[in-house]
Amino acid sequence: MSKLINQKDLEFLLYQVFQAEQLTELPHYSEHDRTTFDGILNTSSRIAEDYFAPHNAKADEHEPQFDGEKVSTIPEVKEAWQHFADSGLLCARHRYEDGGMQLPSLLHMAANAYFMSANPSTAGYPFLTSAAANVIHAFGSDEQKATFVPHMFSGRFAGTMALTEPDVGSSLGDLTTRALPADDGSYRIKGQKMYISGGDQDITENIVHLVLARIQGAPQGVKGISLFIVPKFHTRADGSLGPRNDVQLAGLLHKMGYRGTTSTVLSFGEKDDCHGYLIGEAGKGLMYMFKMMNEARIGVGLGAAMIGYRGYLESLDYARNRPQGRSPAEKDPLSKPLNIVEHTDVKRMLLAQKSYVEGSLALCLLAARLVDEQEAGENADSGILLDLLTPVVKSFPSFYGPRANDLAIQVLGGAGYTREYPVEQCYRDNRLNPIHEGTHGIQSLDLLGRKLWQHNGKGQQLLMARVQATLKSAQGKEQLSELTASYQKHLNTLLQTTMALGKALQSGQVSAALGNSALYLDMMGKMVIGWLWLEMADKAIDTFGASAAEDDQQFLAGKLQAARYFIRWELPEIEHQAKLLAGFDDTCTTMNPDWF
Amino acid sequence: MKVLVAVKRVIDYNVKVRVKPDNSDVDLTNVKMAMNPFCEIAVEEAVRLKEKGVATEVVVVSIGPKVAQEQIRTALALGADRGILIETEEKLESLTVAKLLKAVVEKEQPQLVLMGKQTIDSDNNQTGQMLGALTNMAQGTFASEVAVDGDKVNVTREIDGGLRTVALKLPAIVTTDLRLNEPRYASLPNIMKAKRKPLDVTTPADLGVAMTSTLSLVKVTPPAERQAGIKVGSVEELVEKLKNEAKVL
Ligand SMILES: Cc1cc2nc3c(=O)[nH]c(=O)nc-3n(C[C@H](O)[C@H](O)[C@H](O)COP(=O)(O)OP(=O)(O)OC[C@H]3O[C@@H](n4cnc5c(N)ncnc54)[C@H](O)[C@@H]3O)c2cc1C
Repeated sequence: MSKLINQKDLEFLLYQVFQAEQLTELPHYSEHDRTTFDGILNTSSRIAEDYFAPHNAKADEHEPQFDGEKVSTIPEVKEAWQHFADSGLLCARHRYEDGGMQLPSLLHMAANAYFMSANPSTAGYPFLTSAAANVIHAFGSDEQKATFVPHMFSGRFAGTMALTEPDVGSSLGDLTTRALPADDGSYRIKGQKMYISGGDQDITENIVHLVLARIQGAPQGVKGISLFIVPKFHTRADGSLGPRNDVQLAGLLHKMGYRGTTSTVLSFGEKDDCHGYLIGEAGKGLMYMFKMMNEARIGVGLGAAMIGYRGYLESLDYARNRPQGRSPAEKDPLSKPLNIVEHTDVKRMLLAQKSYVEGSLALCLLAARLVDEQEAGENADSGILLDLLTPVVKSFPSFYGPRANDLAIQVLGGAGYTREYPVEQCYRDNRLNPIHEGTHGIQSLDLLGRKLWQHNGKGQQLLMARVQATLKSAQGKEQLSELTASYQKHLNTLLQTTMALGKALQSGQVSAALGNSALYLDMMGKMVIGWLWLEMADKAIDTFGASAAEDDQQFLAGKLQAARYFIRWELPEIEHQAKLLAGFDDTCTTMNPDWF
Repeated sequence: MKVLVAVKRVIDYNVKVRVKPDNSDVDLTNVKMAMNPFCEIAVEEAVRLKEKGVATEVVVVSIGPKVAQEQIRTALALGADRGILIETEEKLESLTVAKLLKAVVEKEQPQLVLMGKQTIDSDNNQTGQMLGALTNMAQGTFASEVAVDGDKVNVTREIDGGLRTVALKLPAIVTTDLRLNEPRYASLPNIMKAKRKPLDVTTPADLGVAMTSTLSLVKVTPPAERQAGIKVGSVEELVEKLKNEAKVL
């Protein structure tokens, strides 16, 4: 097995590019220092390597089973869960008083990266649980918090998010699950939910579902949606468990990848006795859930980046050790074959992967850095920028991560297509990411239809200010002059396209402006990743330029070459996309469904 | 009973070691450092003794530069109670280390001293034995099992022909082998708690030990690159090559 992550890359990103140690100057993080950060990374990598990675393939091969009464998962999943919980990772971001360790989001993201690379489907259980506990912690009543949160943080209970229904996916405003007020102040929930990850399992004593439902008489649309806690077992205030609540597993779904995580169809209130407890105020359910979803969306981006990263490392390892063929100029049939890593076309595929996955990881860490700045109140603008970037953080890795895995399969050739090698599983696992947590299409509508224009376009200005700062620094370096010049050019194209689309939206041409939104999302993603490549190249020169050590020089050269690849090969594609977008190309819009 | 554990900051075992261009030493600039793996095993054993109620206090000591505090902190995060750093920038030799540890033993009066059988940087495997000689304490080296029994400790040692168990009268020194235990990882709350545990800093001078050097490092060279293998055509050719080229037959 290759490594889960390039440690030097991760440390470079954390400590040089995103200045993790600066965070310790904030009062909230003042007890931290490089030693605690490194300690946490060390603990995370060990748990990921020892308890998550070893059963990644086994969990895929032996997907969870449902015999009509009970779900069973392979025992390694529970063991991994226990180690994750015992280490304190489930509540690492929380305050010391609440049993957490006030870990900055940046470090938390880095810690999670190991798990996503090692075994994304087993990692799904703890990640969902943390996110669900965070929602109750943020919006629940004191009683709800005391009843559920400590047991979720300790790993006794797991959590889920139950939004999707058989007939309602992307369009959550249409959801039909109902909540009837009961005499005791709680509600009776009735309806079906589908695709609920971790909706049943044999890992924890109890499961806390966060369910979106409409209270009887509430208005249609998103304003009528409320959020409820629905435990699998009735839970007393002290956390002890009573009998089963009326929530039943109707069945498990059988998936292409992510097989270790159960995907469930759940029936709430078949016997009209499913108790649910309203979180916060009625009608604000979606807003509360978005708190969880924004976090989850960055988490999806990270998962996609890391599955991509894992495939990159696996294919690199293979390419370095597989002798095959000779250079086009070599005529001697008896000459020693090259390892395929020497072939230009294989290098192309590895470079593309490197540029996607290291760029994606940088993007996710940037998002985490913005979360930290926002929470610490260090910089109120950071939250606005994070809002703008969230669809990109979810979507770029989700789109390019599977592409990287596709290239990893290609690098391995026939071996890549067999289940004896891990890259085909990477691909299948990663293929989920553009679908859940808001599909690629939905993210593109969110970006172009909403996020760009929020706060009077302030997010765009903030992004541009950061991009300009990088360009300014990079322009001063000879090795980067060509790249900064072409980046500038493409950036202007993006800005003009954005303006044209903005004007169209203002003048009410909504359908025309949003019709090609997916192209715009891709364009924006490339610009952001191109910027991060310049930033990485710039910081790599600062950090390693003067070092005499061979591995420093190789690391630096690798960063520069990947930056060149991305900016020379991939970024110019936006020129064509811009033409379609700014020309309001209507080929897709005017296609009549009857013509298919 | 008090347990003293010695830990050393060394190059991380995952790192590919580089030699300085002038062959004067291993190049440590910008290299990731970590606790010596054998020392980790010693810390783990001490913490287990504490968890079993056998040990009442676990004290970790390290000798090295200021940054060696990181390794002490790691040990504290794993469950040790307090730390002592003997701060020095000087190059360390086994005998000096043993003398410094002797000074700490005299001050702390531990019933058991646990240390790695060797460090992965200099691979000497002698400091524990030297400390035994200097303090006149009994020693059990290469331990794969440690059981405290009243005023004795039974140490199962890994020797060439198998295992040998010795009973040592306390106070005693035990050096750890790889199979003694599987060290734990530090939980996150313990990483934070470690910051609040006491860590005293002292110096060789405070302990009255002179950092005299009896060895000089002449030359460090990386191992020779492995040559690519060759395919032989027949068994005869193989035998011929083994005889005449490799000269092993
Ligand atoms: C493995 C897995 C795990 C999941 N886990 C959970 C979970 O834990 N909890 C949960 O609540 N849900 C979960 N989901 C559900 C997931 O969030 C939905 O599948 C997703 O939101 C899409 O909904 P849908 O499947 O109904 O597709 P649809 O909404 O029917 O979409 C189908 C296609 O139509 C497009 N489309 C839909 N509406 C529009 C529009 N207005 N404009 C343009 N295009 C549109 C979409 O982009 C997509 O390409 C999971 C799904 C999977 C596969």
